[in-house]
Amino acid sequence: MSTILKTEKLRVEFTSGELRHTTKVALAGLDLEVNVGEVFGFLGPNGAGKTTTINVLLGFVPPTRGAAYLFGIDVRQPIARQRIGYLPEMTYYYKFLTAEELLRFYAKIFGISRAETDKRIDQLLKLVELESARKRLIKSYSKGMQQRVGLAQALINNPDLLILDEPTSGLDPLGRMKVREIIQRLKNEGKTVFFSSHELGEVETVCDRVAIINDGELKVTGRVSDLVARHQANLEKAFLDIIGYQTPSAS
Amino acid sequence: MNTIWALAGIVIKELYRRKDFYVLFVLTALITVAAGMVNFFNDPKIVRYVKDICMLLIWISALIIALVTTARQIPAERESRTIFPLLAKPVTRGQFILGKFLGCWLATGMALVVFYIFFAVITGSREQYWPWLMYLQAIWLQWAMLAIVVALALWGSIITAAPSSTTTIGFIAVAGILLIGGHLNTVALHQPQPLQTIFYTIYFLIPHLEWFDIRDRVVYDWGLVSWLDCALATLYAAAFSGLFLLLTWLGFRRKSLNT
Repeated sequence: MSTILKTEKLRVEFTSGELRHTTKVALAGLDLEVNVGEVFGFLGPNGAGKTTTINVLLGFVPPTRGAAYLFGIDVRQPIARQRIGYLPEMTYYYKFLTAEELLRFYAKIFGISRAETDKRIDQLLKLVELESARKRLIKSYSKGMQQRVGLAQALINNPDLLILDEPTSGLDPLGRMKVREIIQRLKNEGKTVFFSSHELGEVETVCDRVAIINDGELKVTGRVSDLVARHQANLEKAFLDIIGYQTPSAS
Repeated sequence: MNTIWALAGIVIKELYRRKDFYVLFVLTALITVAAGMVNFFNDPKIVRYVKDICMLLIWISALIIALVTTARQIPAERESRTIFPLLAKPVTRGQFILGKFLGCWLATGMALVVFYIFFAVITGSREQYWPWLMYLQAIWLQWAMLAIVVALALWGSIITAAPSSTTTIGFIAVAGILLIGGHLNTVALHQPQPLQTIFYTIYFLIPHLEWFDIRDRVVYDWGLVSWLDCALATLYAAAFSGLFLLLTWLGFRRKSLNT
């Protein structure tokens, strides 16, 4: 299987502005490989380094050491992001635009032709069920609607790799189900999905493989079924064991 | 180039969907119309005062629009976090800066055209005289000067975090250059060392925005500036804008952006 996303001994240190002392090692030599066509769950407690990894993959934060590649291209090259879609955890879109204008803007960035843009906007707004609100300003949308616009913008370039940062965070059960359906649909289309989540039940349902990190270090990577079998428990229990959390009854 | 135009389009959309421009335009219009209706001392040349007031208001309004619009671009993108889905696309930081610059500059230019049309209508209706070429030169030179202001404000916006600080510092710097920038060499002549050297250095380092100010020519109808001078002024504006944009890019290209 060919690798679509790869990190090699990825290290990120955040230094304090005044004294230039190393204050925190966010990632300590992370090695990850995600293959084409898989749904890959990226798990870890808060502060483990999930978002930092995504920030490096998207070029927001430069690695201190090591490297990261998308489609075999160093993530520091903007062209590495030509075939990816990104959905941030929270909704960060121009609120003075309508959903249609926002999608048209992003389509223009990808150099998609006008006719193709019109077609894709119709398809995506139908997919995320925002057709009736397409001409309304995003500032008038509910949180769920804004998250769905986010999903539509992540798909505007028909990406081969989708990076989702806690995509169901803050959504109601219906919204979560919808996102899961879309992930499943993308998987059936042969797309690769890399997503971070705290919803372990959801991860167990949709993911082929997972990686668990803690304190910036990779603890385990493997198939969900293997992890569950190895720990003779559900994914949540396996996750807690792996990160070394002692349940009160065990201690 | 597609990306830069797309980014510029967003800046322009933001400007006309916000209220700043309309407030300034209505204010300029009201003051000019009120001044035009007053007949001081039965002076038949009252229209010159109207022109003077109107031109001053256009300069102040255009500066406010340029500074306020530009100063908030990058901080607002970071604060509202819209920069993350944007830079997750194949957009370089250089394109991001150029798109913001182009958008702010075009938006300011559009506001300038509206202001000058209003100016031409008000003064033309009183004088029955429309020196279009003169207006064209005045708009062009002012717009070229605003390119420097926009680039300077963009640079300031990556140094200071708050748009209000960038706007205030930018306004003081620009007003200072416009009012005393051209006289610094004369002032330097009367200073002891090392003040003389300092004044001369500042004089040669600052962009001379006052060179773009041909308001008196418009008000007193002194005739056109030579087209060669216009071309040289345009090159001068392009060089300074380029320099400030380069400084902005150097400051922004390696900045960590944490979600």
